[in-house]
Amino acid sequence: MTNIVVLVKQVPDTYSERKLNESDHTLDRESADAVIDEINERAVEEALKIKEAGEGEVTVLCVGPDRATDAIRKALSMGADKAVHVSDEALQGSDMVATAKVIAGALGKVDGYDLVIAGNEASDGRGGAIPAMLAEILGVPQLTHARELSLDGTTLKVDRETEDGVTHLEASLPAVVSVTEKINEPRYPSFKGIMAAKKKPVETVTVADLGVDAGELGLSGAYATVLEAAPKPPRAAGERVDDDGDGGTKAAEYLVGQKLI
Amino acid sequence: MAEVLVLVDHVDGEVKKSTFELLTAARALGEASAVVVGTPGTAGKVKDALASYGAAKVYAAESDDATGYLVTPKVDALATVAEQASPAAVLVSATADGKEVSGRLAIRLGGAVLVDAVGVNADGSVDQSIFGGAFSVKSKAAKGTPVVSVRPGAVEAEQADGAAAEETVALPAVDPAKSAKVTGVEPVVGGDRPELTEASIVVSGGRGVGSAEKFDVVEKLADSLGAAVGASRAAVDSGYYPAQFQVGQTGKTVSPQLYVALGISGAIQHRAGMQTSKTIVAVNKDAEAPIFEIADFGVVGDLFDVAPQLTDEVAKRKG
Repeated sequence: MTNIVVLVKQVPDTYSERKLNESDHTLDRESADAVIDEINERAVEEALKIKEAGEGEVTVLCVGPDRATDAIRKALSMGADKAVHVSDEALQGSDMVATAKVIAGALGKVDGYDLVIAGNEASDGRGGAIPAMLAEILGVPQLTHARELSLDGTTLKVDRETEDGVTHLEASLPAVVSVTEKINEPRYPSFKGIMAAKKKPVETVTVADLGVDAGELGLSGAYATVLEAAPKPPRAAGERVDDDGDGGTKAAEYLVGQKLI
Repeated sequence: MAEVLVLVDHVDGEVKKSTFELLTAARALGEASAVVVGTPGTAGKVKDALASYGAAKVYAAESDDATGYLVTPKVDALATVAEQASPAAVLVSATADGKEVSGRLAIRLGGAVLVDAVGVNADGSVDQSIFGGAFSVKSKAAKGTPVVSVRPGAVEAEQADGAAAEETVALPAVDPAKSAKVTGVEPVVGGDRPELTEASIVVSGGRGVGSAEKFDVVEKLADSLGAAVGASRAAVDSGYYPAQFQVGQTGKTVSPQLYVALGISGAIQHRAGMQTSKTIVAVNKDAEAPIFEIADFGVVGDLFDVAPQLTDEVAKRKG
């Protein structure tokens, strides 16, 4: 029986215009459509595959505001069994350190986890470090940026793929895994799955339930703080020519003029 | 002057360019100290290169375990040095490894994680470019040691003389229950082309290239310019080019001096990975392609006519 916890984040859709609030530089959640981060669906898929290959239970863990329940339901409709949702206004503006500590605290709500699976990097913050930070706090191995994963008993093997190439990793459970886009193709929720998801248990907890230091949470507790944020002026279109047989030459002349060649 | 620790990225005794950029950024904040984590003998090989970019000290954290476990030895080394040196900041490259090192180190030290900086300022604040370059952000550590990952290519490396005084750091033994063992590595075989995220010129092909075979038109232009080759998601998904070269929201983020987009329409997700490039040149048959909205120079035409001509012109000028 493998107890798997999948970390799920609700993010602004990358197809919509993403903004920060002018007042406190936090994410403007109203301006963009909110969706489950695409990479999380692959994390859920990988957890379901492990469960289906043997025995196990898949718990979704999400830290986010109330409306993040949509992301949780999506994961449950794919086939996850239950969920823990950490929702607390005190978390607004939290940095990565606080986020990792809250997730570590919330894992205590899941009865004996063996494996945590996350996406390698959220599409909004792109910090790419939360799974590693979580492993650091929990004192377990990180097998991150996995493009392939195999579990044999309690031995976990992962092919890690990054800009440096492929690294073969091995560790024993419990462990933290993060997956890349190449790990799998996530399933679509079936109608039955969507209906069943409505009845699956979602435990909502607050910071007070987790035993984390409130002094590290939210905007006021953050180690990293934003001083300024502003939209960049959009790039203006420059010169444009039609190719009349000399388009390549004209491009070369432009590059010479810019001292680029 | 307070020390600023720089984690050295190296492969087979060669220091990566991004490390020289970190040393340059570190010198704006204090005294640059390079931290080398590797198998015994590594620091000796890389010391001269580090000295030429102004490393005042070189901490050698060497052990056979250093490359045998993922990320942990680097965190151990930086944490050990940070405890004795109380640095003003720690700088690492914003790579997959670097970002993970920075996050874990911040947990160990009670420090602040500042991710993917495109500029490091003398007051310790950093500049960031988020949402694919749509927003500029300035942030700093409110408390604790700033642990900063710096985007490769964002800071221009400048040479300077450094003493590179070597100090040995004892690495603690790695507990296998807490770290993943590295059982094998397959480094990226990049050939002679520069690495995508480190290149000063990137030439990318999109759906308009049409097939894997025809991608050589992109490669030829890249090689004439000494550039890296990139590809849009559409090109990767169609199997024209390997995924490791994908530029965009779900691929690499690049900000070279020059980005040449061939047959790329310029979907928002592609732009997110390249719109902070200094100069953008686009070639596309479709005059309405959104890539032209952000291109400094656009050619409306067939890339199979324009790109080879440009390749020849570049070759002529290089003589």
